[in-house]
Amino acid sequence: MVTDGHMVSPAHITLTDIRKLVSEIPDPEIPVITIEELGILRDVCEKEGTFIIVITPTYSGCPAMDMIAVQIRMKMLEAGIPHFRIEHQLSPAWTTEWINEEGKKKLMEFGIAPPQGGTEEDLEAIHPACPQCGSEHTALVSSFGSTGCKALFRCEDCREPFDYFKCH
Amino acid sequence: MMTDQQLFDYTLMLADSTLIMSQRLSEWNGHGPDLELDIALTNITLDLLGQARFLYQFAATVKNEESGGTLVTEDSLAYLRDAHEYKNVLLAELPNGHWGYTIIKLFLFVHWQQQVYNNIQETKSDALAAIAEKSLKETAYHIRWTDDWIKRLGDGTEESHAKMESALIDLWPYTGELFQPAPFETFTAKARQGIFEEMKRSWQQQIFSVMEEATLSIPRDNTWMQSGGKTGTHTEHLGYILAEMQYLQRVYPGCEW
Repeated sequence: MVTDGHMVSPAHITLTDIRKLVSEIPDPEIPVITIEELGILRDVCEKEGTFIIVITPTYSGCPAMDMIAVQIRMKMLEAGIPHFRIEHQLSPAWTTEWINEEGKKKLMEFGIAPPQGGTEEDLEAIHPACPQCGSEHTALVSSFGSTGCKALFRCEDCREPFDYFKCH
Repeated sequence: MMTDQQLFDYTLMLADSTLIMSQRLSEWNGHGPDLELDIALTNITLDLLGQARFLYQFAATVKNEESGGTLVTEDSLAYLRDAHEYKNVLLAELPNGHWGYTIIKLFLFVHWQQQVYNNIQETKSDALAAIAEKSLKETAYHIRWTDDWIKRLGDGTEESHAKMESALIDLWPYTGELFQPAPFETFTAKARQGIFEEMKRSWQQQIFSVMEEATLSIPRDNTWMQSGGKTGTHTEHLGYILAEMQYLQRVYPGCEW
């Protein structure tokens, strides 16, 4: 049984190992950020010999959630873990407040302006910094962007459009 | 105290309303007035579909707690029930019409959703409360977007204003049903007298203030209201929607991607 170049015996898998495995799964849409950094992964615990991975959906219709569940399943099967369960927890509701600073930095580097803080906002009133040139001379094009979680902005200086991760 | 049957029927009413609204809106996919609006409406459609899925999943767990009978799933509930078993509000199944018509329908609908989700604690269901807590965040953005469009079209050109006034007259008779409790909703009326009146007043307050800003006429209070959706009596439109939506599962039962 080989995973990541290390020999791992299923009998010696600890909760810490599982946590590490699952927390490194990247978001399918934004591969530079992990499901842990996004706050999608809520808990990894063990109950009567079964590992339980608790995830929470971001937006109700987010199609990436099915993909994430598949990736968790594959990671667990690759590591030879026979007894596991994925649980979906709706409450407390996912919020962009759970994205840590490291995650926000990675979003910016990837070209997505990170959420400015709070759980809801008037998008016409904000001017997120352009991920390309850094200017704050930016304007909203549409509240709904390429995916449900993002809005579309345009930089008035470098004239490039960019996605903004909406506060949720 | 709600019975399991009431909880199931109530959840289905919410799920069906959200699914049919989503299905109707998806007809705009590829036909929006411009690309950004096409994407905006598609995103809202997806949000509603996601909410419907959570509601159907919960309805299935409520139903499956009954001993005996075949197990139901979100898919069997959505794809294998016929029109008379659907409990969506009639507003959801009406045709899309022109852009303004769709905007008004969605405007009335999402403000209704906000009232329902804000008062979900009456059901005493933790699962519904969790779904409502989550959905309210999305509804807040839907409301911002539709309110904005009501104002742009209402207080727009002479032509857009006239079209909006005319559409509002057509659609208003379908709003009464939103606040008329169906038999499975009487748990709420008993639990707190006048809650439907409260929700209606709050809903009216919000939409009338937007309509005033949009220079649209406030409809008279004694308009005759259509109803029946919540109890399975639908317009002819639902049949066509389900025929298209359910076609594949009906012809190839149990098929999967």
